[in-house]
Amino acid sequence: MARVEYIIRRLLLAVLVLVGVSIITFVIARLVPSDPVALYVGPRAKIETREAARVKLGLDRPLYQQYLRYMGEVFHGDFGISVRSRRPIIDDLKVFLPATMELVFVSMIITVLIGIPLGVVSAAWKDSWVDQLSRIFAVINVSMPVFWLALLLQLLFVRQLGLLPIGSRVSREIAILAPIDHITGFYLVDTLLSRNWSAFRDVLSHLVLPSIALSSYAVGLSIRMTRAAMIEVLQQKYITAAWAAGLTGRTVYFKLALKNAIVPTLMVLGLSFVWQISGAMLVEIIFLWPGLGTYLVNAILTIDFPIVVSVTLIVAVFYVFTNLFLDLLQAMIDPRVSLQ
Amino acid sequence: MDQPLVTVRDLRLQFRTYAGIVHALNGIDLEIHEHDMLGLVGETGCGKSMTGVSILGLVPRGGEIVSGSIVFRGEELLGKPESYMQTIRGAKIAMVFQDPSASLNPLFTIGQQLETVMRRHQRADKSQMRDRALELLKVVELPDPARILKTYPHELSGGMKQRASIAIALSCGADLLIADEPTTDLDVTVQAQILDLLRRLRETQGVAILMITHDLAVVAETCQRVGVLYAGQVVESGPVDEVLFEAKHPYTRALLEASPKRSSRGQPLQAIPGTVPSGLHPLEGCAFSPRCPHAMEICGQAPPRISVAPSHTVYCFLYADSEER
Amino acid sequence: MNMPPEESLEGAPGAWSTRFQEYRLMWRALRRDRLAVISLVIILIFVLAAIFASWLAPYPDQAMGKSNLSERLSPPSRTHLLGTDDVGRDLLSRILLGSRPSLSIGLFVVGLAMLIGTPLGAIAGYFGGWIDQAIMRITDIFLSFPPLLLAIAISAALGPSLFNAMLSITLTWWPWYTRLARAQAVSLKEQTFVEASRAIGVSGFTIIRRHIIPNVLTPALVQATMDIGSALLMGAALSFVGLGVQLPKADWGNMLTVARLYFNDGPWFAIFPGLAILLVAMCFNLLGDGVRDVLDPQSRRVG
Repeated sequence: MARVEYIIRRLLLAVLVLVGVSIITFVIARLVPSDPVALYVGPRAKIETREAARVKLGLDRPLYQQYLRYMGEVFHGDFGISVRSRRPIIDDLKVFLPATMELVFVSMIITVLIGIPLGVVSAAWKDSWVDQLSRIFAVINVSMPVFWLALLLQLLFVRQLGLLPIGSRVSREIAILAPIDHITGFYLVDTLLSRNWSAFRDVLSHLVLPSIALSSYAVGLSIRMTRAAMIEVLQQKYITAAWAAGLTGRTVYFKLALKNAIVPTLMVLGLSFVWQISGAMLVEIIFLWPGLGTYLVNAILTIDFPIVVSVTLIVAVFYVFTNLFLDLLQAMIDPRVSLQ
Repeated sequence: MDQPLVTVRDLRLQFRTYAGIVHALNGIDLEIHEHDMLGLVGETGCGKSMTGVSILGLVPRGGEIVSGSIVFRGEELLGKPESYMQTIRGAKIAMVFQDPSASLNPLFTIGQQLETVMRRHQRADKSQMRDRALELLKVVELPDPARILKTYPHELSGGMKQRASIAIALSCGADLLIADEPTTDLDVTVQAQILDLLRRLRETQGVAILMITHDLAVVAETCQRVGVLYAGQVVESGPVDEVLFEAKHPYTRALLEASPKRSSRGQPLQAIPGTVPSGLHPLEGCAFSPRCPHAMEICGQAPPRISVAPSHTVYCFLYADSEER
Repeated sequence: MNMPPEESLEGAPGAWSTRFQEYRLMWRALRRDRLAVISLVIILIFVLAAIFASWLAPYPDQAMGKSNLSERLSPPSRTHLLGTDDVGRDLLSRILLGSRPSLSIGLFVVGLAMLIGTPLGAIAGYFGGWIDQAIMRITDIFLSFPPLLLAIAISAALGPSLFNAMLSITLTWWPWYTRLARAQAVSLKEQTFVEASRAIGVSGFTIIRRHIIPNVLTPALVQATMDIGSALLMGAALSFVGLGVQLPKADWGNMLTVARLYFNDGPWFAIFPGLAILLVAMCFNLLGDGVRDVLDPQSRRVG
């Protein structure tokens, strides 16, 4: 029962936070020194056009009404119109969001597959050469500017070795010869669903470098935190008791200790996920990846504020849901959490 | 007398620390027979816990057994690979710890923890294991065993947690149960119950118990034989009545003097002057000699093992001419 | 009992003097960690380099922005140890000068975040109730934004400049310190010596100032040391995107923005500034590790 209470409390908190996030996003958008009307109508518009635009954009209303109107539209899937392109933002989002998410998901898979086991092994063989090596590896990953790594990877694998493509999600040949059906927007999934094997391989080859670059920070972080959490757990008396009961290494490390260490590890994974959403922006620029990052950065440079607000809002919402999910997961795993 | 279950001979354990080498055990001699209830008593830091974990081969990081032998049912345990030790632990020799809140995994139910151990050492299907689990919980006198299987450790009281730990330890029919300060963290009334339980288990389950404690009263109540530890060595061992009422070694005597007794009401407690020697600088000869009221020059050498009565031994020069070796 | 509160609390854990003594001991322990010491030395070198950049740089005018087109994109040589950039400026000089904005962002952001966040967290944790709820909700909301994104959004709104970059990153960073301080405050609040102080009648703020903050300082400092590296990375990311220091002023991030376009012809232009970022961030992380190992009582165990 305590658990159910906790879950309800947590959900309410998430709602509150979402409201707060939307307000802040809105406020930031309105901090813009430049006049959105001027951007919308151009520098040479007449006064009547300007006034009409002002009313149309809702800028004559008090701030809170603007906010409410905006939120209402958002709930209907209307994120406004790009000031520059006049296209509904929602259409752009439908294309760019899956692109970024696909990159982030692949990156997360790499993080989990490499970071966590290395962290466990590092802790289990503490101070051995395996441990030292993985710690050095982790520190380098955590200290590396991700856009620099991306550049280096391009330098090595594309320029020097010619192994992998330089950017984009698919090569032009595939786009023409074996075009991908847009089912989910996740190309890996779409190509599998339509059994488009050549396109699948192509998409995969385009994902390799960006996802490696993007995952680096998270891999480093996961190794460090999993290691720390595991070391802490391995010192606990209940682990000694497990050894004393004759349980094998596999059981003790991977069935018991990992579960006890999983809570901080999950937190790290959550942090990594979110960090990777931000990091994706930087990586996308380098690899010309048509995702939210490129979209956002271009919008910033062209002072296209409706886009900035929308993207910030979407990403923040993702973030809130991820944290919520992790907290609920933690409550499932650790029966003591609901008591707090 | 039949062969002892466990024989420890001249066990020496050292730890490498920043400050130097700490000598935790300096030649422990012990014998545990089947169905024995042997107490290992001494002050904090004398090495009694280390003796317990050494038998199981669970010496903490940085520690190394530099010499000696531990024989279990005729097999020398020292030097055996970890895989072998993992078949001994839990199945033949089990351990119960001081703080049951710390030694039970908070994220698993009692039932799950029981099952994990049983599955490791025994072949049985789910329903057989569940039956056995329920039986074990009844044996340790936990009420409503079916419900307990589904509870988490933090939902139980201290005494119940310790009972559950004992159940887990005995789940695979161990021959020896090492109990490291099993009642120290419990309330006094609960202490008595757990000690009673351990005594009964020895009879009904046929398990030998090594009771590690700093509390002489616990030893007096529950054990048949006792070993007194000082600075990593056994200074005296024998039947409980003899050692406690006819204590031979000066340290045992001092320890008994220092315990508050009804007869000494109103009088100041007798402390033992001086301090326990540091493990970094072990002394040549008898470790107790700096504090011993009867110290002689010859105490600078390693004291011999003297039998002052059948199965009652002392390591002290005071009795050097009294009995045979 | 008429003792003034200060005297009766003498020796209570948390007194500033106890803290200073502890820090001296910990400094001695830190000296034994070779990696941490090396990192500290490298950091100090960079700091000195940053301060004296104008004097150390072999081509100070180029560092400031003067171009040298005849030597554009020349590889590392004896005249230009690290090569030159797209308009021929000496890379070594630019990197030396570029250490200034990077290091200042790292230090400023973390310092300010700690300054704002820690007291807020201590207050929230100690007083509890609606103050706690209010502060923590605001913290939660700020923490719900992916840090880089928030920094980008705020920077973009305020206009690109070093100062605005610092401000925006600080705004994303302070909540972590608030959370940290609050957790500490909550656990400290239960301790007997705090209850004792309250019983004597010491005011809440005094308790916070005298007992809670010193105790919070230790984990906060560990966090801070490691955060400097991360803040530095974020600063570089902002400049890379065009929202920090603007060209022609030298900054490791904005150098990479341009270097990217030329790395076919001049890979050194992309490699060296990034290497500088990596090196400094790594040193702060390693130093932070060392500090944490020393300040965390658990790690001072048998070797």
